Amino acid sequence: MTGALRVVARCQVADDVLAVTLADPHGDRLPPWTPGAHLDLLLPTGLVRQYSLCGDRWDGHHYRIAVLRVIDGRGGSAWIHDHLREGDVLPFGGPRNHFPMAPSTRYLFVAGGIGITPLLPMIDQAVRSERPWRLLYGGRRRTSMAFLDRLEALGGQVEVAAQDEVGVPDVAAWLGAPDPGATVYGCGPAGLLDATAAACAQWRPQALRTERFVAEVQDRAEDHPFTVVLRRSGTRLRIDPGTSVLDGLRDAGVAVLTSCRQGTCGTCEVAVLDGLPDHRDSVLDAVDREAGDSMMVCVSRARTDSLTLDL
Amino acid sequence: MTTLRSDAAAVPSIDLDPYAPEHLVDRTAFLTAVRETAPLVHLGAHDVFATGRFDVVREVLANWQQFQVGAGVGLANFHTEVPWRPPATPTEADPPAHDAPRRVLTDVLGARTLRRLRETWQAEADELVDRVLAGGGEVDAMADLASAFPLKVFPDAVGLPPDRRDDLLAYGDLVFNAFGPRNALFERSAARLGELSGWITSLCARENLDPAGFGAQIWAASDREDITAEQAPLVVRSLLSAGIDTTVHGIAWILHAFATHPEEWDRLRAAPELARRAFDEAVRWASPLQVVFHTTAEPVELAGVRLGKHRKIMLLLGAANHDPRRWEDPGRFTLDRDPSGHLGFGMGLHQCVGQHVARMEAEVLLTALARRVRRLEPAAPPRRGVNNTLQVWETLPLRLTK
Ligand code: FES
Repeated sequence: MTGALRVVARCQVADDVLAVTLADPHGDRLPPWTPGAHLDLLLPTGLVRQYSLCGDRWDGHHYRIAVLRVIDGRGGSAWIHDHLREGDVLPFGGPRNHFPMAPSTRYLFVAGGIGITPLLPMIDQAVRSERPWRLLYGGRRRTSMAFLDRLEALGGQVEVAAQDEVGVPDVAAWLGAPDPGATVYGCGPAGLLDATAAACAQWRPQALRTERFVAEVQDRAEDHPFTVVLRRSGTRLRIDPGTSVLDGLRDAGVAVLTSCRQGTCGTCEVAVLDGLPDHRDSVLDAVDREAGDSMMVCVSRARTDSLTLDL
Repeated sequence: MTTLRSDAAAVPSIDLDPYAPEHLVDRTAFLTAVRETAPLVHLGAHDVFATGRFDVVREVLANWQQFQVGAGVGLANFHTEVPWRPPATPTEADPPAHDAPRRVLTDVLGARTLRRLRETWQAEADELVDRVLAGGGEVDAMADLASAFPLKVFPDAVGLPPDRRDDLLAYGDLVFNAFGPRNALFERSAARLGELSGWITSLCARENLDPAGFGAQIWAASDREDITAEQAPLVVRSLLSAGIDTTVHGIAWILHAFATHPEEWDRLRAAPELARRAFDEAVRWASPLQVVFHTTAEPVELAGVRLGKHRKIMLLLGAANHDPRRWEDPGRFTLDRDPSGHLGFGMGLHQCVGQHVARMEAEVLLTALARRVRRLEPAAPPRRGVNNTLQVWETLPLRLTK
């Protein structure tokens, strides 16, 4: 199996929140990531779900995600809660980061509920960089808020605002006056982020960085067999689940230069002339992914039944 | 469980000095000795560990958590020695400090940028080769092709002024010598240290960079606060230190490789799409960047040996790229080989961020040559140069026949 992760542990970390630890099925080192990054997990139900990495990047062999059970009709998170077991193997894409952490003198973190996940590694990083930081962590009730123990052990900079105790947090009061040396990172439900944006209206525009929960769902998410057509020779190759496009090309004697073979370095990029790639790499940004005119053949696959490559 | 041997006394010691003049001119004996003696050896001359095994070098490069670059990627150990210039960013930065500058560079040098530049660079390469051929085809390929081309297109893309391009090479020579000991080579290039460093620093200043270039884009990232204003000039500087000499010498090596392997040149002419593979094979074969040091962050086991905290390990990329455990007939330059996975650009978190830029420079130049030049042959014996870190040519006289 290429581009897959094995579930090595699952653990309830709050009401309705399940932490899942993932590793390479062969025990290899996983592609590196930075705080704010997420994974695309391909669930057997045919859904792709994005989960922020919330573990320790100094452990190069494990990823950790935390999944909130959401009643959203499509059932991605419910499937993970109800059916995902240790030993299961899931295809994945990424890690990719749309919410990177930039250097700052001080950090202010605003988390709502499961929005704490991308912020956890950022807080680790602030601690490691010896930068002052504060966290405002809102949630419905304490038992629904993941990682509270760990956060509160970090010191007095954490303000926990459980709604059943204190109501909706006053973000503006917590942020205080515009601080030219601070950067604000927010992740959580729209209401909280809107309040944060409003509270930052007088701050410099670069000060606020947020990630909104997105439900990016692709129509076709499973690893299905597809055909790769090579433009120059007209050769047609069948790529089965469990083999990469790169493997298929190699078997057919078509050499593509590679380096990392993990979708992180960009060496194996090939132009796509027809068909839609299913991007699993960490290299291409949103614009290039959308354009769909190139792919990293070491990890990426097809969303259509066939792909024509400029080879 | 086996007991780990500890410290330097536990590994074979090698008495050769990698920086002795004879080893710099031809490193083969040194590289082979290190690689074939043991997975990890100790170099008495400099009290550092060294490895030339492909899998060990790869493991160190992949394990950024335990083998760090923040203490310098040269011989000097910044835990105990003061660096001669502010450490390179992001080259000599570990996470977290590494992340933001690296991300900015990755974006600036990304695939879209290269697609936009390809046509211009191809036209520049075509023009250069036409000019060289019009001059009769007898060239010093080191100066007239390998240096001339990158020194035109890359600094243009960075947004540097057109003058003093050769001094960029002099600065690179200095930087890569400074990754070694304070030997005669370092002293030789250090004679211009103050002047060149001052000049490079001024080039990295915002007001001296063309608003359309990579340099200005790096500064723009600091406006967005993706990096700090203090980091911006250092990130620009990394393009000038790491983006020029390595490419120049990589191109020199591929030209030398083809001049001495005419049958491979014929194959390239028949199938110019092999240019990409050819360049990576040349980078594997010659490893223009020979040496990188990493430093243990904490006590760690490597190749069955327990290493102490803050110990320097000399990674011999040239030896790893010729490790017979990984490569068949490693000394042979051949387009039959799939050079994928070579360590000439490093690997992992710190892998050369400009590798795709270097590849494209080589690819367009080779394409221009392959279209026009039937025979590429040595016109006189080439002369090797010496550098503490790079594998270089001083002259490369070639005859190009249409
Ligand atoms: S080989 Fe690195 S992205 Fe495919």
